[in-house]
Amino acid sequence: MSLKGRSIVSLEGLSSAEIERILQVAAQMKNIVISQNKKLDVLRGKSIATLFFEASTRTRSSFELAAKYLGADVVNISKSGSSMTKGESVRDTALTLSAMGVDALVIRDSSEGAAVFVSRAGSPRVAIPPVINAGDGAHAHPSQGLLDMFTVREAGISLKGMKYVILGDILHSRVARSDIIGFAKMGADVHLYGPRTLVPKELEALGCTVDDSMEEALDGADAINVLRIQLERAAGGFIPSLSEYSSLFGLNRRRLALAKPGAIVMHPGPMNRGVEISEDLAYDERSWIQEEVRNGVAIRMAMLYLILTEGKDIEVHN
Amino acid sequence: MKFIIKNGTIVNPARGQHEQGDVVVENGKIVSLGGHADEQGAEVYDATGCFVTPGLIDMHVHLREPGQTGKEDIHTGTQAAAAGGVTRVATMANTSPVIDSATVLRSVQKRVEESGVVKVSIIGAISKGLEGKQLSGMGGMAKAGAVAFSDDGRYVESADFMRRAMEYADMLDKMIIDHAEDMTMCRQGFMNEGTNSYCMGVTGRPAAGEDIAVARDIILSELTGCHLHVAHVSSARAVELIRQAKKRGSRVTTEVTAQHLYFTDDYLKGYEPVYKMAPPIRAEKDRQALLEGVLDGTIDAIITDHAPHANEEKDVPFCCAPNGIAGLETSLGSVLTMFYHTHRLSIDRIVELMSTNPARLLRVEGGILNAGKPADITVINPDYEWTVHGKDLYTKTLFTPYEGITLKGKAVLTLVDGQVVMKEGKVLK
Repeated sequence: MSLKGRSIVSLEGLSSAEIERILQVAAQMKNIVISQNKKLDVLRGKSIATLFFEASTRTRSSFELAAKYLGADVVNISKSGSSMTKGESVRDTALTLSAMGVDALVIRDSSEGAAVFVSRAGSPRVAIPPVINAGDGAHAHPSQGLLDMFTVREAGISLKGMKYVILGDILHSRVARSDIIGFAKMGADVHLYGPRTLVPKELEALGCTVDDSMEEALDGADAINVLRIQLERAAGGFIPSLSEYSSLFGLNRRRLALAKPGAIVMHPGPMNRGVEISEDLAYDERSWIQEEVRNGVAIRMAMLYLILTEGKDIEVHN
Repeated sequence: MKFIIKNGTIVNPARGQHEQGDVVVENGKIVSLGGHADEQGAEVYDATGCFVTPGLIDMHVHLREPGQTGKEDIHTGTQAAAAGGVTRVATMANTSPVIDSATVLRSVQKRVEESGVVKVSIIGAISKGLEGKQLSGMGGMAKAGAVAFSDDGRYVESADFMRRAMEYADMLDKMIIDHAEDMTMCRQGFMNEGTNSYCMGVTGRPAAGEDIAVARDIILSELTGCHLHVAHVSSARAVELIRQAKKRGSRVTTEVTAQHLYFTDDYLKGYEPVYKMAPPIRAEKDRQALLEGVLDGTIDAIITDHAPHANEEKDVPFCCAPNGIAGLETSLGSVLTMFYHTHRLSIDRIVELMSTNPARLLRVEGGILNAGKPADITVINPDYEWTVHGKDLYTKTLFTPYEGITLKGKAVLTLVDGQVVMKEGKVLK
């Protein structure tokens, strides 16, 4: 199964079979990421533009390396170094790159709906190639949702029937929204917990449960994804202080003991160690946080590969 | 020359008239209503199957002049009105400069004389520069012809200032039209707060923000005795607050836009800026409450809040786009589709909501057909089906939330002071 020519702006647009296929191909890609010779030529002759209008370390370099490992050419555009500082619009920036012949656009923007806007931005003479949303405001971050599913499965946990808990600032989190949709679609039981101000009950419409206590949320959990809490949330009136947040909502060893033995700890990064996650847990053996980063490259390789080719299985001989 | 609108159904609710007959117009005035007119030497418009109504009046539009003519201007905005069967609009003060003095108001009147296709009433600002701090030149504007005062587009944040504004406006015997959204709750938001906004990750504008603002202004109206007209009511509870105020006999009236009656926030799921406005398109339960408010008379008028933006301003990602949409050319079709063809409202009630009541609220001529009075007349073909395309509209913007939607019912003839300004969809001025 291939996704050739498709844009991926949110996991809502993918079927469970398509998600399954991406995870399958990502497993093949992971062999390349951890091998000595990382260069394939399956995307030779293809070019990819990353449009990052918001700061990013991991997602941006992850997409860039993913494209390069597959043999594609990559051009990176950011707001500050581009004509956007001269007032060029998002639409015109996307059209410009498309007119140059890029085969896929990867876009990150602080505004919800930016990726779908770009995917619709074609003109009578220039079509927009497939778009991958690398994060649009608090809306969606599908590659992160996929890599979280990949990581859970790699830890030996079956997605179907597992209990997946997301802790923290759900309201402002595109990772949470993609995780909820993706994990729920694959049959997981998704639970949310955090301060009432940051975990709207309305999100249950996406197919998850908003819990009323840490105990309820963590009881029997197979995996816990801890979200970053930003200092600005105190100024915005969402929480009193980071220290109160840490004491009421931070994940530590004592709280982790409420989960299933063998439960894994995840975090999309960047972490505030000692705030939402205790220092010792961040580097505990149960923490899969660095593995998530590694898996991110494999997932993004799979996404690019599947939207740009017929999607045949890849065999790697190390 | 004599002009006869032949064989239509005359719908003239202000006189309790609903009958088949001819309308004769001469020298800008209505000569006779009803009966069979002599066609000798007259130009005849065959209105068989159509309603002949007092010219529609839209009491809430933004013609964008002066200073924002990239979005719209008095000519294109009143062309759009004529195309929509509207013979008079009341235009809002949030222009640049703001219409907050008699000088600016007179300059707009002059532009209307030069380029207006239909009649234009002007609503002056409540506060200088819409800043909510100092009273605008209300007295001078009232004298020059302002029909009401409003800082529409902005909420008057200070309750104390709003109280003074109401006292002063009431002294001048003018109403205050308030844009009721508490900005401490709504300023950051881009759409209705609810399941959709939370699932989409978009910051919401809660209905509670509107409810609080409406409650405050009703209280201030009751304190000062000033006539309060709540602009573009959109939430269920706000409708209920107004219903209760009216029951108490308060001087409170309100209006609703055609688009708030037609759409719900489900339409925003695709992040399309064309559905973005303030107050936002709300949830289905709010829409139902608005429909109920129209049916039971709590809501006095249907308006458009015609507020187009330049194409390049709306052709941006959802959260970056400004609030406001074009509406003058689609409101009648939308209302007929929504109410007339579903047998929820009679054409007589629709004419009251879109002509008679706005005329009464603005205290301007019109809203009624009378022999000897100016011939501001709209002929409506209720069965005309048409599919809306932004590129076909007279407004400057290409964007309409009705794009691709088929509506049933359209104005086919618009007369202003006896002059045909629109015929079969074509504006002649």
